[in-house]
Amino acid sequence: MTAQPEPNSFRTGADERGRFGIYGGRFVAETLMPLILDLEKAYAEAKDDPSFLAEMRAHQTHYIGRPSPLYFAERLTEHLGGAKVYLKREELNHTGSHKVNNVLGQILLARRMGKKRIIAETGAGQHGVATATLCARFGLECVVFMGAVDVARQAPNVFRMKMLGATVVPVQSGAKTLKDAMNEALRDWVTNVADTFYCIGTVAGPHPYPTIVRDLQSVIGDETKAQMQEAEGRLPDSLFACVGGGSNAIGLFHPFLDDRSVEIFGVEAAGFGLDKLNAASIAGGQPGVLHGNRTYLLMDKDGQIEEGHSISAGLDYPGIGPEHAWLNDVGRVTYLSATDEEAVEAFQVLSKLEGIIPALESAHAIAKVLEHAPKRPKDHLMVVNLSGRGDKDVPQMADRLGMPL
Amino acid sequence: MPFTDPMADGPAIQAGGLRALKGGETLEKTLHLVRDFRAHDADTPIILMGYYNPIYIFGVERFLAEAKDAGVDGLIVVDLPPEEDDELCLPALSQGIAFIRLATPTTDDARLPAVLKNTAGFVYYVSVTGVTGVATPDFNVVASAVSRLKRHTSLPVAVGFGVKTPEHAAAIAAGADGVVVGSALVEAVRQSLDGEGRATPGTVKAVTDLVSALAAGVRRGRAAA
Ligand SMILES: Cc1ncc(COP(=O)(O)O)c(C=O)c1O
Repeated sequence: MTAQPEPNSFRTGADERGRFGIYGGRFVAETLMPLILDLEKAYAEAKDDPSFLAEMRAHQTHYIGRPSPLYFAERLTEHLGGAKVYLKREELNHTGSHKVNNVLGQILLARRMGKKRIIAETGAGQHGVATATLCARFGLECVVFMGAVDVARQAPNVFRMKMLGATVVPVQSGAKTLKDAMNEALRDWVTNVADTFYCIGTVAGPHPYPTIVRDLQSVIGDETKAQMQEAEGRLPDSLFACVGGGSNAIGLFHPFLDDRSVEIFGVEAAGFGLDKLNAASIAGGQPGVLHGNRTYLLMDKDGQIEEGHSISAGLDYPGIGPEHAWLNDVGRVTYLSATDEEAVEAFQVLSKLEGIIPALESAHAIAKVLEHAPKRPKDHLMVVNLSGRGDKDVPQMADRLGMPL
Repeated sequence: MPFTDPMADGPAIQAGGLRALKGGETLEKTLHLVRDFRAHDADTPIILMGYYNPIYIFGVERFLAEAKDAGVDGLIVVDLPPEEDDELCLPALSQGIAFIRLATPTTDDARLPAVLKNTAGFVYYVSVTGVTGVATPDFNVVASAVSRLKRHTSLPVAVGFGVKTPEHAAAIAAGADGVVVGSALVEAVRQSLDGEGRATPGTVKAVTDLVSALAAGVRRGRAAA
């Protein structure tokens, strides 16, 4: 951990250089620099424009189905015998995950900027599906870059994207997963600068993306705050969310960062274990520069990026959003990790006790709830972000559990 | 200076970087290469090109001290725009190592002064919007871009990205001060390798032949201009 001074508020970043403490920034090729400055300006105008916000709210209500419920998980709570567990039901959003919150905002911004061609990277395919969906809805061309390995393990989502009219480009470079998909998307963007909008799927990339995506996902935490007030008349005591790049997590966390009584936990993917192949950038990485920002990264001693491994395609990114890197260093958020095996167990527990099949990504957060809730008193209010539904993982889990389809 | 994730490079340099890393290349070894070369050539300028992370992890101060000592003249680090000048550009300049900036088709007149401000050695004009080694530039567009740059700077202007043949080199040399060729040379190396990816007796010749042909192209372009 790099010691950094504690601020008066944890919610003021990024600064004018796009930094959260030492993290973030704009480490991009000159070709892209004018584009990200344009984007910054367009976003600054849009986010204070009542008509933009009204349009976004209308689509959130009628197209995505927001607000998503904050659901008291009664049987899970009983089973664990400790904290009162609530699920923030992002899996009920149209397209089945939190990713659509961000995509809606970025697509409306792209339209405002007059961009006609949308590109995106995707790991699990949830961001790709959300992007393909909104492009279909607004009649925009959509190209999704996806590592060839992920294309194979997330076949249902590849089919969905194609059905929605998107072009899916299997990326053959590097390890053929999310990191490489992001490289390819950046390469496409430097090539097609005039008409293309890069719709990034998580709180990573060069400034202003980490801030834009966070703002667009903060609807999760804003709703949670109001819903918990309604249900229990107070703030929750703890929050849990899985962290790939960290967009569902920051969306839940950000509105609570200055509520110091709320304990906050991000859950990274520990893969085969923290001492083996994993995707836990904070637990196993160090600060470095990749994909336009400085953050914790998995790398070797020479600064060459290493591949993340996680059973879940949405978490095996060797980095983490820069705001999380900073929240770790200043100690406001505690980053835990869950192994593949723990996630597989949690996937089954939630399915059987609550009738909700979680995404494997979200199952990492559930796994830590299974561990922590029993140790808390019965009046402890625990919220876990159920970032996505598990339909996309059914073929992979069927294989893993010895019941191939 | 190879990197696992060269976001501004096309397939040839991506593959070349991964081959080098697989062969055990490190920043330390690259600096040794410079030292060995300097032992018998004190004059030819040497510029190291790459991405920031390996330098950042090596340590900026340590890197600059060792680079200076080895005899490096300049750096091209693609993912450090003027907005991040305090990371490496300013420390390099204070060590007397040139920081060669890229100007691109998207760098408009309003932005150009910021891009040129801390540039030293020469200005590297990127001839296409895109990654290295893929598209062939439109030479008329490049010529007018070079004239535009020359109105803003007295530094030499070199042009690269997508320059593959002596004919390309000739077309660019008509207006620019230098021609940068990367992917075509990396590709010439690749074609000369054996089944295990090792250099063969033909490797050096493959490179020097292409360089000679490109240089002849440059001279033709100059003469015609
Ligand atoms: C359901 C779900 N949850 C979480 C993630 C991880 O992304 P992030 O950390 O940005 O929320 C993904 C990524 O694909 C996902 O599909």
